[in-house]
Amino acid sequence: MARITAGIACSHVPAIGVAMDQHITEQPYWQPVFKGFEFSRKWNEDNKPDVVFLVYNDHCTAFDASVIPTFALGCAAEFTPADEGWGPRPVPVVKGHQKLASHIAQSVILDEFDLTIMNEMEVDHGLTVPLSVMYGDKTPEDDWGVQVIPLAVNVVQYPAPTANRCYNLGRAIRRAIDSYPEDLNVHIYGTGGMSHQLQAGRAGLINADWDKAFMDKLVNAPEEARKITHLEFLRETGSEGIEMVMWLVMRGALDETVTEVHRHYHVPASNTAVGHLILENHA
Amino acid sequence: MTEKDYDDIPGTFVFDADRSREGYWLNQFCISLGKEVNRQAFRDDPEAHMAKFKMTEDQKQAVRDRAWNRLLELGGNIYYTSKLGAFDGIVFQDLAAMMSGMSRDDYRKMMVDGGRPIEGNRSKSEWEKK
Repeated sequence: MARITAGIACSHVPAIGVAMDQHITEQPYWQPVFKGFEFSRKWNEDNKPDVVFLVYNDHCTAFDASVIPTFALGCAAEFTPADEGWGPRPVPVVKGHQKLASHIAQSVILDEFDLTIMNEMEVDHGLTVPLSVMYGDKTPEDDWGVQVIPLAVNVVQYPAPTANRCYNLGRAIRRAIDSYPEDLNVHIYGTGGMSHQLQAGRAGLINADWDKAFMDKLVNAPEEARKITHLEFLRETGSEGIEMVMWLVMRGALDETVTEVHRHYHVPASNTAVGHLILENHA
Repeated sequence: MTEKDYDDIPGTFVFDADRSREGYWLNQFCISLGKEVNRQAFRDDPEAHMAKFKMTEDQKQAVRDRAWNRLLELGGNIYYTSKLGAFDGIVFQDLAAMMSGMSRDDYRKMMVDGGRPIEGNRSKSEWEKK
């Protein structure tokens, strides 16, 4: 049977991708950001999954203002890194897992989560930066070494799905993966965050105390984390901090009790607080 | 229009359906700049490229002026307007500095020192006292 063995939370700041692509990760500004990922890469090597289920948000790349699906599941054979205005990132094409993706789509839709199915989709830094963080430097000729099922969540146009809805969708994804007959090791990623505001007069907002409390809650009291309102995310963590609802999808797919094997928090990467967790499932 | 609970957050445009409606063509214009063929068209003839999108005159003027906060006020969303910034070769952090009325160096230093603090920045009433 397929099983989810771990959940990974990770910010997706585009500048992290740029720093890797330009090989400047040893510069004093970036060194503390990447130091916190050293353990993660080693851990990932030792716990290699077959499939990553990657919850992320598209930044008006696959979806411009004309189409805004709340949840869109990538069911394609592959996903090409997109040109986001300065040329595509020099990273490998992302390979999907079509059979598992279709199985998840069918299972969660019958479980009353009405997903959009994407049979063609380009992916942006929201998806490729967390992969780069966990899998290290890759060129377009390389292979990521894992199959990926993307789930794009709308966090651009208000309202994003609620924290509670995301948590419940995570539980439905867990039921879907648990019922897949093939023996597969699956990791689930919740990406984006942490506190950041990219726009207008309050740009640059960071709320480290809130971020840290959120990580504690997410790990040990998810029943509390799922109650956080949109207003609280917007006010306390900045207009783009609402991305953290995606961490709830990841948490919902894990056991009630998990083991936190790694945590990393650093301010800043560009305009954003970087947060990262690795949580192991017991089942 | 009914009052929105998030309207009290200072220095913030929450991109909701009202803003999305108002800014639709502005945002579609901005996102067109994600593609090289459109960047070339905009370089060759800015007015002709803008004319392909049903923007209001105010929106077009804000594009010409590169009035970053005005663009947001007129329904632009930062993920879209940042493509116009990228077209100009402005990195995101410098765009953020401009929108918050700070110099590039002051903004960068604020971020390295831990970012803009939440204290005093939760509510419009706190800004009015300043």
